[in-house]
Parts: sequence; structure tokens; C-alpha cells
Amino acid sequence: MSGLKVDTDTCIGCMACLSACPFNALESADVNGEEKVQVNSACTVCGACVDVCPVEALSIEKSSDRPVHATPDMASYAGVWVFAEQRRGKVCSVALELLGEGRKLADKLGEELCAVLFGSDIKGQADDLLYYGVDKVYLIEDPILEHFQGRPYSKAMEALVRKYKPSIVLTGATAVGRNFIPRVAARLRTGLTADCTGLDIEDGTRMLLQTRPAFGGNIMATIRCQHYRPQMATVRHKVMKEAVRRDTANGQVIVETLPEDARDPRVKLVEVIDAMESTINIVDADIIVSGGRGLGDAKNFSYIEELAQALGGAVGASRAAVDADWYAYSHQVGQTGKTVCPKLYVAVGISGAVQHLAGMSSSETIIAINKDPEAPIFDVADYGIVGDWKEIVPAMIKKFWQR
Amino acid sequence: MNIVVCIKQVPETTDVKINPETNTLIREGVASVVNPFDMYALEQGLRLRDAYGGKVTVLTMGPPQAEVALKSCVELGADEIYLVSDRAFAGSDTWATGITLAAAIRKLGDVDVVLCGKQAIDGDTAQVGPGIAEFMEWNFVGYVSKVTGFADGAIQLERASDYGHDVLECPTPAVLTVLKEIGEPRMPSLKGKMKAKKAQAVMLTAAELGLDGADIGLAGSPTVVSKIFSPPKRDGEAEMLTGEPEDIAAKLHSRLKEALII
Repeated sequence: MSGLKVDTDTCIGCMACLSACPFNALESADVNGEEKVQVNSACTVCGACVDVCPVEALSIEKSSDRPVHATPDMASYAGVWVFAEQRRGKVCSVALELLGEGRKLADKLGEELCAVLFGSDIKGQADDLLYYGVDKVYLIEDPILEHFQGRPYSKAMEALVRKYKPSIVLTGATAVGRNFIPRVAARLRTGLTADCTGLDIEDGTRMLLQTRPAFGGNIMATIRCQHYRPQMATVRHKVMKEAVRRDTANGQVIVETLPEDARDPRVKLVEVIDAMESTINIVDADIIVSGGRGLGDAKNFSYIEELAQALGGAVGASRAAVDADWYAYSHQVGQTGKTVCPKLYVAVGISGAVQHLAGMSSSETIIAINKDPEAPIFDVADYGIVGDWKEIVPAMIKKFWQR
Repeated sequence: MNIVVCIKQVPETTDVKINPETNTLIREGVASVVNPFDMYALEQGLRLRDAYGGKVTVLTMGPPQAEVALKSCVELGADEIYLVSDRAFAGSDTWATGITLAAAIRKLGDVDVVLCGKQAIDGDTAQVGPGIAEFMEWNFVGYVSKVTGFADGAIQLERASDYGHDVLECPTPAVLTVLKEIGEPRMPSLKGKMKAKKAQAVMLTAAELGLDGADIGLAGSPTVVSKIFSPPKRDGEAEMLTGEPEDIAAKLHSRLKEALII
């Protein structure tokens, strides 16, 4: 069997590997009266411990055998698919980002790029997708697909994949994508990598290399799906560049019908409610001004709102500010809130706990205003201002309204 | 209503870094806790039990030490605890974890609702909950922000979307993953603490769950970690702006103009 192996004859029981394991999967054990390291079931075979061992007692054994349930006829899978999520009859920007990235992968493989579009009365959007460098659009139109519903969407996607056998399937790591695509992967018995921020094709093996943050963004992991097809990934919004609209449409729309077993949603959709404030989905904002504990009071968020207005941006908040009930949770940026990647992120009175940084440190430009010069937020900032936000923010509001 | 809450024991901190010289992980603090998101699932489970009767069973897959995490759930009011533990599970990805937990839930029998946290703070995948639902062939709703009631065999709930929320009625049996918005987890009670001291998890092995070795652990996992590394550092250091507030505002204005941000 493959996995992490401990050579107990070599192991000197130094336990140097214990703290290298991010999953608490190594422990000390008594082996015939001697202290040795032992692997428990929390091991993910990430290999973090192997290089730490001073006596090379740890190794990862990779089985060269194909797993029993590996996808048969792997070679027949070809093409890069992008799920084109739509909301109220309009394709979402994350789909265009995936098409931009998908084109690169498809070109590297010398294979087709296809979009998959589900909706009701949405043929116009399918035709429009042909302007974004797509070779084919697989379209299923049905009233039941108008709004997102888990079972119809997942059954429809499963049926298309089984019929056409794509090699790669990309979906936005949105509320919709993360709701339904894991179900498709489970049924297809294939791998799904969540919330990727980097994709590439490995030279030689032609496998999809899927890179994603883990531990709140503190480490990155590259994941492969060697023996199963399709290779599936959800991809973080606002990380890839949108495909550029071309002057001419190429490719064709292939109309498919909704499979019978996808018709019963089982879970009844009673109502779809859009939040009233247009600023609520901060994930889509190009500019975000966020306030934290340093504001001192809920009413001071009015300054944050005004600066956001002056810049044409949205309002964010740190966990501390949300926990204090100064601002709504839907605006929370960070590990337990939303991950954002705007062009400009202004952090006001936010010290920059690692959980906050995990949600915003990939922003293009970061401005930090904090009275503590040692605040970790300055480590990720492009522009830092040490001082009282009450003096600086009003001056900024005044200046930026003038532009 | 018989409720199963799936939890994961995770390192207390996500403050894991990579030593750039040796390219190995450095982790501060080795304490393990119940994944914070799973505490909301437990809270929702306890609320459903308190309102509609039945029991809350907490289930985890992990090494024997994970029993501590299960016991802390008893402190909050969980009725029964089960630990799925076997070295054969090592290397499980979300697919293999899903099929394993589904086998355990089947073994428990007579379950109406399975609740999971939105995602675990170590892996951040949000894929095990929907996986369990598929392996059970049960209804599934992810990102539940509010449970409003239970009538005629269906749970009335709200699911967060990226634009607002959807109102749904989900017939049981079902698997739900819940968000922080469902409400603050309760504190441990004295009675719960007493009960937790005596509580013992029921252990379940791969063989007891009747699982095929080819479906579980590393062998059953379609995805494999091929490399771990440090995230790319942001270039250089911050430019610190000083002077009168008006000067600072003017400097920022011109920098952002140059960068075509405004």
C-alpha cells in the first residue's frame, strides 16, 4: 500500500517531524521499548515531514499501480470545459475569467474550449459566449434551470460529462459552484480541487496542476488528479483575467435537453431574494474600503462609507468590527468572511490578523492606515500611513471627491 | 428528529508557515480544536433537537485523539458521539472522506438530518458535506444561513447566495452545511461538562463499516497533493507616507492616478 512510511529501524525518535506536520498526523509511540514516530489516520500524505527528518526515516511510497476504480478509457477524455454560471439570465463575470484561463489550458493541450450554459430562455447568452474564444457552447434551456437548483444542475452536468467526456471541468468557486459541483464529482467518482488560484498543464504528463491556498492562505498546495477524469476544479473569483470579447464569433452552440431524472428538484425553491444594497457583494467590487476595531464606534463607519463613495467602492469590515455589531456580516473580509481581490483595498483601523490578511492580501494595491507602526497590516501594504484615521480619512474624502 | 453533526478536529491555529531556508513547515501551537465552522452545525443541531425532540449524534473521522473534540461537543449538549478511526483512512481526500462518513451514517440508521459546517479551516474545501449527500443519495443544501422551521417532513430554510438568499423547503432525510449566520454557539453547561467526563465515543473501523479498501484512504482518493510551498510574497515593503493629512491625501491621489486605479 502506498502512503507515508516510517522506517522504524532508522527513526531515532527525535520527533522533529511532529511540528512539521500541519495535520497533527504524527505521534510518538513505543515500539519494542523505544520511542519512535508513528503515522495516524489524519495524514494527508502532503510530504511536509519528509525533508525535516535528519535520518531520512520518512518516505512517501507511491504506488505505480492504477487504482482499482481508476477511470477506464482515460485517453478518450479531451477538452476543457467551463461552467458558465448565469444569474437572472446573464452570464456572470467569473465565467469569463474561467474562459480566459481555460483558453490558455486548451491551447497548451491542443484541445477544444467549451462552455456549459444552463438557464431558461437564454439562447442569446449562448450565442454571445461564442465571441469569447469558445469552440463550443453546450446549452440546456428549461424553465427549471432559470434559477440555481442543486439537483437539476448537478444531474444535468453529470449527464453532459458522461456523454462528451471532457478532460478538465472548471467551475467558479461561487456559492452556486461550491454547492453543486462537489455533487457531480462525487457521482462521477473523480477528483475535485476547491478554490484554486492557479492552474497549469504539466509538461510531459499533460495533467492539470491545481494550486490552491490552505490554512487560511498560509501555505499553497498543488494538487493532481492522476488516475481519474475529468479533472475538476473550482476557481476563485477575481484571480484569473477575463477573456476579451472578440469582433467575430467562432464555434457553435450545441443544444442538449435536460435529462428526465434532473426534472425533480426535490428541494423546493420558494423564492429568490436579491439583497437591496448594491454594495453587498463586496467580492465583485474593484475598490473596497474596510474598517476595523480601530474605528472605536459603529457610527464611525459613516467615514468608511463616505470614503468608499468618494472612491466609487464598497464597504468592508474586519471580524472585530462585525463581532462588535458595528457592521453587517455580509461585509466581513477574511477567513470567516469573504475573500476579496479588488484593485484597491483600503484598511482603516485594521491591525491585520492573519485571518484578515488571508481574505485580502492578494488585492492589487493595499493602503493601510493604523496608529500602531508595528501592525501586521503594514507587512502586506503598498502604502502605509501611521497615524490617526480621524485626521487622514476626512482629508482623503475631500481629495478624492475632487477627482 | 434524529440529527447527525459531522465535525473535524483541526489545528487550533492556521498560523502555518514555511521556513524559506529548509522549505519545511513551521507550525506554532499544536493544540487541536473542533473546526470553528462545525460549532455552528452543532448549534443548529441542538436547536432542532430542542424544538422538535430526538437526539444529536456527533460524528468525526480522525485519529483516536479526536475523541477529545467529540467530548467537547457533549459539553454543549450532544447526546452520542462516534469516532470513525482506522489507519486505512490516512491520505483520504474529500471524495474518500465523504464515502467513509456516509457509511458511518448508514450504520447509525434512522437519521433525518446531517449537519456540517461550511468548510474546515485547515483544508477550506467545503466538499465533504455535499459528498456525503451524494453517497447517501439524500437531498442537499449548502451554505444554509437560517433554519426557519420544520413541517410536513421538510425543513424550511434560507440559503445564502452571492447576491442575497434563496428561500427553500428541503424534505428530509437531508444533508445541510451551515454558515455562521445561523447563530452563536451556546456555552458548555455544568451538566454537559459532567456528562462529557464520562462520555466515551463509539469507535468504528473500516471493517465495521463494511468499506472496500479500494474506496478509502489514499487508495480511494482521486486527488493527491503533489507539492506544498509558501505563497508568493508581496513585492518589497510598504511606502510609508508622512506629513500633514492633506499632503498624504494628495500623495495617495497621485499614486492611484498613476496606477490607473482611479
